[in-house]
Amino acid sequence: MSDRLIGKAGKRGDLIKRARGDTPFTDDLALPRMLHGKTLRCPHPHARIVSIDTSKALEIPGVIAVLTGRDLPERFGIIPWTPDEHALAIETARFVGDGVAAVAALDERTAVRGCDAIKVLYEVLPSAVDLDSAITRPEIGLSAKKDDNVSKAVDLAFGDVDGELAGSDVVLDGDYFFEGTAHVPIEPHCTLAQYDASGLLTVWSTTQVPHYLHRELSRVLRLSPTRIRVIQPPLGGAFGGKSEPFGHEFTAAKLAMVTGRPVKFLISREEEFYLHRGRHPMRLHFRLGAKSDGTLTAIDARNQIDGGAYSSFGLVTTYYSGQLLSLPTAARSYRFSSTRYFTNKPACGPKRGHGSVQPRFAFEVMLDRMAEKLKLDPIALRRKNAVGGNTHTINGMRVTSNGNLECLAKVEEASGWKERRGKLGFGRGLGVASSAYISGTNYPIYPNEMAQSSVQLKVDRSGVVTVFNGASEIGQGTDMLMATIVADELGLPLEAIRVVSADSDLCPVDLGAYSSRGTFMNGNACLTAARLVKEKLIAAVAAKLEVPETSVFVTRGALCVRGREGDAVPVEEAIQLAEAKFGALGAVGSYKTPPNLGGEYRGGTIGASPAYSFTAHVAEVKVDVETGVVEVVKVWCAHDCGKALLPTQVIGQIDGSVYMGVAEALFEEHLISPNGLHRGPNLLDYRIPTSLDVPQIHSMFVESLDPEGPHGAKEAGEGPLHSSIPAVANAIYDAVGVRLHALPFSPGRVLEALRQRKA
Amino acid sequence: MLPLPEFTLHSPRTIDEALGLLAKPGAMIIAGGTDLLPNMKQGLHQPEHVVSLQHLAELRAIRVEQKVLVLGAMTSLAEVAEHEDVRKYATALAEAAGTVGGPHHRRMGTLGGNLCLDTRCRYYNQSQFWRSALGFCLKKDGEVCHVVEGGKKCVAAASNDTAAAAIALEAVLVIRGAQGVRRVAAGEFFVADGARNIAIARDELLVALEVPRVAKRVSAYEKLRRRGAIDFPLLSVAVRLDGSAVEVVVSALAAKPRRINGAQKLAATQVEAIAEAAARECNPMPNIDGDVAWRKQMVRVMVKRALVRAIGAAQPST
Repeated sequence: MSDRLIGKAGKRGDLIKRARGDTPFTDDLALPRMLHGKTLRCPHPHARIVSIDTSKALEIPGVIAVLTGRDLPERFGIIPWTPDEHALAIETARFVGDGVAAVAALDERTAVRGCDAIKVLYEVLPSAVDLDSAITRPEIGLSAKKDDNVSKAVDLAFGDVDGELAGSDVVLDGDYFFEGTAHVPIEPHCTLAQYDASGLLTVWSTTQVPHYLHRELSRVLRLSPTRIRVIQPPLGGAFGGKSEPFGHEFTAAKLAMVTGRPVKFLISREEEFYLHRGRHPMRLHFRLGAKSDGTLTAIDARNQIDGGAYSSFGLVTTYYSGQLLSLPTAARSYRFSSTRYFTNKPACGPKRGHGSVQPRFAFEVMLDRMAEKLKLDPIALRRKNAVGGNTHTINGMRVTSNGNLECLAKVEEASGWKERRGKLGFGRGLGVASSAYISGTNYPIYPNEMAQSSVQLKVDRSGVVTVFNGASEIGQGTDMLMATIVADELGLPLEAIRVVSADSDLCPVDLGAYSSRGTFMNGNACLTAARLVKEKLIAAVAAKLEVPETSVFVTRGALCVRGREGDAVPVEEAIQLAEAKFGALGAVGSYKTPPNLGGEYRGGTIGASPAYSFTAHVAEVKVDVETGVVEVVKVWCAHDCGKALLPTQVIGQIDGSVYMGVAEALFEEHLISPNGLHRGPNLLDYRIPTSLDVPQIHSMFVESLDPEGPHGAKEAGEGPLHSSIPAVANAIYDAVGVRLHALPFSPGRVLEALRQRKA
Repeated sequence: MLPLPEFTLHSPRTIDEALGLLAKPGAMIIAGGTDLLPNMKQGLHQPEHVVSLQHLAELRAIRVEQKVLVLGAMTSLAEVAEHEDVRKYATALAEAAGTVGGPHHRRMGTLGGNLCLDTRCRYYNQSQFWRSALGFCLKKDGEVCHVVEGGKKCVAAASNDTAAAAIALEAVLVIRGAQGVRRVAAGEFFVADGARNIAIARDELLVALEVPRVAKRVSAYEKLRRRGAIDFPLLSVAVRLDGSAVEVVVSALAAKPRRINGAQKLAATQVEAIAEAAARECNPMPNIDGDVAWRKQMVRVMVKRALVRAIGAAQPST
């Protein structure tokens, strides 16, 4: 269609609603007779629960019910092989903030008082609150077998690393530390559960994975899935922090069942830091070899990962810490050894750029050092070792479209790299980095042969089309994307498309908003369904006008016949003709990844994706050598999203990724004190940038037109974060000649590095 | 969400009425509420009676008198920051007020509220749950200081931006009580006790700040913070110049803002020596969040920057 909405920048109806406050938060939902829930949390980093006495709480007027771990004995966890969480701790609590009891009361204040009245007797156990103690004190026994603290270990090698290193002209070593960070969405977690007289449990929850929540509710509550309905309202941000089930989702449901009244849990900002699942702290040792002509020979990485108290996605995180580093710049051989340890801290999990942002920082800084050593331009070094399109990576991942070189060229030009780098004077500098990321994973989290994403269209004879879509709108714009895809296929105005999403009773399954899978998988499912409806409209119009189907095409508002411009049939009429011809009009579409996308070895499927996005960043920084304060003045970011279906959203995702990356580079530190307490679980102590701290962002997209993406599209939500952090690190080096090895680049660290440089 | 504890709200129409209400046991003042309300949610205060000063219009005015500038206690920080006469005669105070929180805090928050701001400490400004897990502290509900091992006196930090400026500018606080009006120099108003660092009784009311108008006086304020807004000071520096005489006040150290003695013997132009004296006399503690070694290093830098700006302002413009 010539006047397609796809590819055009424009106002997003749902964003305007959000900006005006018309989109309700989950906490805005209220039901008659609703109770308020609160969780009592453990004040020790590691403790055995000797006894819990709830009698005093139940005596408080207004306290309706109290739960302890024994009421919900079933374990859960997002990865089916590592279920190690309970809705409320039963025998041991594993970090300060672990839930041990829950209260439902007439109001929040009474629920808090109820929690205060519960008497828990703890026996404090030895704890590991940092990586070092987790490694050196296996007797603490936080692993499943209790014989060490190891959560997951992965060792993979591709090619002859030792031989390549021995034959290299230059070998560099580097040690890096990436501090943990949190997601800090505007909207905290919130869950409302209702158990009606017919025995149907309905759960509204701020989740990115309503389908997995549905399954886990059924398992933990020991309730048939046919008696559970999960609804995910539009979210005020998630960033990976809501992509697995959480304790309060089960306690809300159980309390609703026990009391027969709706129960709501609204998580406080402090609790948000305890639920966490933020970016893992990682200690990374990298060795990088090269020939004097710039050919990279070997990457040898050893990563120690601080996992926190529970497994969460840890199995995948451990793989991702190595698997996603074979693109876009690669060496002739690659080996990584990653070990994730349990610690007595809030559990880490996926945050925007799951597992791969930390090693990306280390690797891209190593590349910058190597370029300097070899007297090469860092962009030239990346070009020389770039993995191309339509190939396989050294670890066996299939790559199709690849816009890496175009991304590098765009940031090189836009930033004035050639003319300006190294010439901005002491205190000001430019740095470059590039990266790649998945557009969804090729397997669902629990093994099955069914579709990963499905969409159902219902076509009304008035001309309204409803998209029933299992995908989760979390602010990233899937609802709008689906509406736009359907509007374009059927020639309807955007206003005629309704999207009903993430309701397990109404929508077919989509696995959720994680691993940057939405545009690619959900988009393909929706496009398939829309094309099926289109075929019926064309058939009906062709029959009516007695022309071949191949001559009928869709324009905005009408179906037309090639060569017979006068014979246009309005879309609404075409719909009615089709309904008359075929009966009730609708279609389903689904998407499933093609097989064999990854390497043929254990773990070879993790990191494999139907398509990869590519990103390049150039950052410009100003360093105040008196205070050590780094100001990121401007960031140029080019991102290969295949095809920008909704350009305004794509630019928004790039802007947001750069913002978040710079925030992690300069400010964010999720710190736990030696006594196991969070350093400051609030937004004064945990600093995210204010609007005054955000750099100028110049976002650009590259369109490599992926052969399998919907209209050629790939992901844009997570990829653009990765290389922002090393670009800042490399710019600091260009500005003042110091390498920073630990995040964040706080002024104290910068001053210390400057002092050491002088000495 | 953290629920607010229950209390009775009073909205007196006159100062006398307010004073009567403040005499009730367990009464606290609410001015802008930007500090009190989050603190109440964290369980730091549980006042039975909260007395709002919202309707005391006489506390809101800024008056330029012959010898002094009179700023009502309920003047918003935004107005202090933007008011032309304040910027002219009390530059450091206007600058300090302009760095408090963000625009919303400055619109709601008041000068009196900032002057009487509760001291802050990373072991104190936390939730009830967090503090109970810690075992509480000297300042509230506990007996141990987590900042100074074995410490018996609370060292929570004066974190109000306007305090250092008020002291440097020789401002006077006008206080009303049952006995009438008393005036206290800002330099005397803040005391070295983190538990309560202001010399005002709980049934008294700060009504105004008087700032002397002195010819050719210049002043400046510098704030150390990690972000462009929102943050409380990691260091707070105010300087005042009367010709070559100089006063330097550094705060966000412990409970009492510190006047730099070494500076008083030096001429304003001896910038390095004054900065050196300040660095010698100031020892930031791990009582507030942030890198202590960095804060220590920054004393010199912030003092220098404030002085250089003030000296610049003292030069007749060409």
